Amino acid sequence: MSTWSGLTPLEGYEPPGVESFHLPPIVEGLPWFDKYMLQGLLSVLLIMAFWVIMARKTALVPSKGQFLGETAYMFVRNSIARDTIGHDFRRYVPLLIALFSFILVNNLWGIFPLTLLPTTAHVGWAYGLAGLVWVTYNGVGIRKWGGIGYLKHVTIPPGVPTWMYPLVIPLEFLSNIIVRPVTLSLRLFANMFAGHLLVLVFVLGGEYLLLHSESLVNKVAGVAALLFSLAIFGLELFVQCLQAYIFTMLTAQYISSATAEEH
Amino acid sequence: MSPLELTGSLGIVGYGLAAIGPGIGVGLIFAAVIEGTARQPEARGAMLSTAFIGFALTEALAIIGIALAFVFG
Repeated sequence: MSTWSGLTPLEGYEPPGVESFHLPPIVEGLPWFDKYMLQGLLSVLLIMAFWVIMARKTALVPSKGQFLGETAYMFVRNSIARDTIGHDFRRYVPLLIALFSFILVNNLWGIFPLTLLPTTAHVGWAYGLAGLVWVTYNGVGIRKWGGIGYLKHVTIPPGVPTWMYPLVIPLEFLSNIIVRPVTLSLRLFANMFAGHLLVLVFVLGGEYLLLHSESLVNKVAGVAALLFSLAIFGLELFVQCLQAYIFTMLTAQYISSATAEEH
Repeated sequence: MSPLELTGSLGIVGYGLAAIGPGIGVGLIFAAVIEGTARQPEARGAMLSTAFIGFALTEALAIIGIALAFVFG
């Protein structure tokens, strides 16, 4: 076997890929009840418990726990809902809070040591969330403007000359009605999928280099990869929080653009 | 097999190339927001909401790219 600078090719190593995300069901005979489903249900229970406890125990001088809950609530309410939707933002705050906490917890399963798998790395969860958002922003738009009025509101931006309409209307319809839910879901899914794959590459590759390889250079590289995977986990923590924020922010943005008065 | 022999899908390389443009675009958008915030801090909210629409449109290209990399991969 020819070598260069001591590196030997890895025989029998199978790099992680799409197959790493196909998990077997936990209970035999229930094909839909896999690890993703378990984490999703667990996250719903956790989030409900968190907000119920937060809402029940309120004091004038907040404890540390209440401070955490109030900070999280005020963050979504003020810097996402109020700044984006503006007037009449209150009715959308429950939806945005629910979306933010659900996505955040389900992303954070990816760095929680006992699970190590972000639920949203399965595309079905992202499709479901984006479908909910799609129905919501189109629904509030149709309720405000009526069916035809909403289509006009969405497809004709103010200040466009009439002869541009044949070009602008299909483009705006495509971008506002069709592309939005696709990108909203795939942005969340692709970020979580790629992040988990990155962790898998570093951890599984490092483990293989360290334990199943003869060459000393490979062993050193394996240790380096395993140490570096800790930094990848830090990056993942950042990306997971950021994606939860962006998803909620874009939801608020879409609701705002569906209901906004023209200036 | 020699160490430098590569196997796999060329679609992944194509996706890497396709992600350059949106990467630069997203960078430009937020660079403009940072500069605008430095010049006029009170306009940050208005700039951020426009920036997020532009960010979503720009990143849509990269996202369509990753979908197509899987489709043709």
